[in-house]
Amino acid sequence: MKIQQIKARIVSNKEVKANFWLLEFVSSSIAKAAQPGQFVNVKVASGWAPLLRRPLSIHKIKNGKVQLFYEALGLATEILTQRRPKEFLDIIGPLGSGFNYQKSVVKSGKTKNILIAGGMGVAPLVFLAEKIKMHKPLVLIGAQSANKVLCAQEFRNFGCQVKIATNDGSLGFGGQVTDLLKINLTLENSVNLFACGPQPMLQAVAQIATAKNINCELSLEAHMACGIGACLGCVVMTKSGYKRVCQDGPVFSSKELTWEKR
Amino acid sequence: MKPNLSVRLGNLDLKNPVLVASGTFGYAQEFKDLVDLKKLGAIVTKTITLKSRPGNLSPRTCETPCGLLNSIGLENPGIDGFISQKLPFLKKIGIPIIVSIAAEESPEEFVVLVEKLNLIKEIAALELNISCPNLQKNKLIAQDAAETFALVSQLRKITTKCLITKLSPNVTSIVEIAQAAQNAGSDALALINTLGGMCIDIKKRTPKIGSWVGGLSGPAIRPIALKMVWETYNKIKIPIIGMGGIIDTESALEFFIAGASAISVGTANFVNPRVSLEIIEGLSKYMREHEIQNFNSLTGKLKACQN
Ligand SMILES: Cc1cc2nc3c(=O)[nH]c(=O)nc-3n(C[C@H](O)[C@H](O)[C@H](O)COP(=O)(O)OP(=O)(O)OC[C@H]3O[C@@H](n4cnc5c(N)ncnc54)[C@H](O)[C@@H]3O)c2cc1C
Ligand SMILES: Cc1cc2nc3c(=O)[nH]c(=O)nc-3n(C[C@H](O)[C@H](O)[C@H](O)COP(=O)(O)O)c2cc1C
Repeated sequence: MKIQQIKARIVSNKEVKANFWLLEFVSSSIAKAAQPGQFVNVKVASGWAPLLRRPLSIHKIKNGKVQLFYEALGLATEILTQRRPKEFLDIIGPLGSGFNYQKSVVKSGKTKNILIAGGMGVAPLVFLAEKIKMHKPLVLIGAQSANKVLCAQEFRNFGCQVKIATNDGSLGFGGQVTDLLKINLTLENSVNLFACGPQPMLQAVAQIATAKNINCELSLEAHMACGIGACLGCVVMTKSGYKRVCQDGPVFSSKELTWEKR
Repeated sequence: MKPNLSVRLGNLDLKNPVLVASGTFGYAQEFKDLVDLKKLGAIVTKTITLKSRPGNLSPRTCETPCGLLNSIGLENPGIDGFISQKLPFLKKIGIPIIVSIAAEESPEEFVVLVEKLNLIKEIAALELNISCPNLQKNKLIAQDAAETFALVSQLRKITTKCLITKLSPNVTSIVEIAQAAQNAGSDALALINTLGGMCIDIKKRTPKIGSWVGGLSGPAIRPIALKMVWETYNKIKIPIIGMGGIIDTESALEFFIAGASAISVGTANFVNPRVSLEIIEGLSKYMREHEIQNFNSLTGKLKACQN
């Protein structure tokens, strides 16, 4: 699939929960080509401040439209909240290599698929859940507290079983989502794990996967400058040396990653 | 009237004066879906060293007001890896390919690099990156006129390819270094490389990039780059490739008027990959509007303020 740079018309841009925004834009070509785990690189405003584009995961695809789900937490994402329907957004995408779900999920009907989302990590997993909904994946959502639990209904709408962990115990399981994962790993099934969230969570998921020898794919974050593999800014250490999160990832097999700084 | 955008750098003829800067365009293949590559004046590759380099600790980039701080640390596959993995694609584009090279330890590495690249006829020119701030060195070659002279003279003796010397802004007098490179037989100069800088995360009280300090690029450095091009132009006869914060036709024109014969687009490629092509079109338009037949007649046409 070719990468495209487009001016996409915004359909809607709404705050769906305090500081969490859903933006929909029109692009039949990105909608058609995008795979779960891929992202787009968004220029939030015309002009040169902020200078760089910002990477946002492809959250949902519907009738030639693409949805992004983002948290307003800094300069660029705050500006993005001010963009209005009918305006045009400069977007490059689809970028990166996404979840390798087709191979692993379809392999066996008996395989249990577990999606683990930490905080904003729900963003790419909703798209993945839709693609594999016929396999009825289990979704584990982790958040600080009940009011920060994201997208639970979205996953349920796809027929997924959803379990929630909150750090303060205000909803569902009290504790880390990775502890909830441990409880839900039963021995009789073969399992695929797909996770996105803060790095400590991903590292903990990878540890569990390694200990139990489970297939596990993780979507990483890194500060990016170009988003297309040219600048070598967003690298992560793997068993075969540094790889680019933007192009070789953002999704990596847990077996590849070393979690060392160098 | 069809404007003539061609320029000459030493023995290198370019159909237009718009290049893409080393390290900001990868090995071109990364941009193939987004940019009609054969329209560019030339492509400068990421800097290549003799041995492969893993590069620096992450995070490697951080945004600053209208700028980008980076410390990639010359991650590259080494000259043999470059020739086998990256060059085949570059050769096929059909425009001049300029290979940027650097030494890690000893200037002698440049000799080996040049000897290897001499053998490849599709390589149009060599850019000597003696100014990378991300190698954790106490002193760069481009910070010493005598060392610059010695290196360029040595390389001049062993190659007939166009030699471009890339200078650092992190010096007291860039003109002095430029003169050394010119006197040693450099065909052209590229300026500027990034400016040393740093950013601090006040919550963690750590630097924002893994190697503590890095090089600043983007619009934030443009006035500095422009002044250095102008100062150098006034003292130097060989052509200058100007760069530093060029983001559109207007900013490109500033550099030509200050004295550049060609320009390179760097950081702006990350933001708008098509920007170089837009600048080429913008330059043609400017020439038509101002009835300029040959682009090189614009270089250095700076006048005093009139009031
Ligand atoms: C592949 C990928 C997909 C992403 N998908 C989503 C998504 O779907 N929804 C979403 O809300 N966010 C997503 N992010 C993160 C998002 O890109 C950052 O939140 C955004 O760039 C912040 O920009 P800002 O200017 O608003 O914040 P800034 O002012 O730049 O920074 C605010 C804070 O966020 C931190 N930050 C900035 N950029 C990143 C980053 N890339 N990774 C981690 N921390 C960062 C900064 O260090 C700072 O503490 C994704 C990141 C990547 C790499
Ligand atoms: C991410 C990044 C990587 C770079 N890598 C190199 C490099 O390998 N060799 C080099 O000579 N210059 C390198 N540069 C410097 C640019 O070629 C250019 O001199 C500088 O960025 C100023 O131009 P700009 O402001 O248009 O980016 C790099 C710049 C950036 C931003």
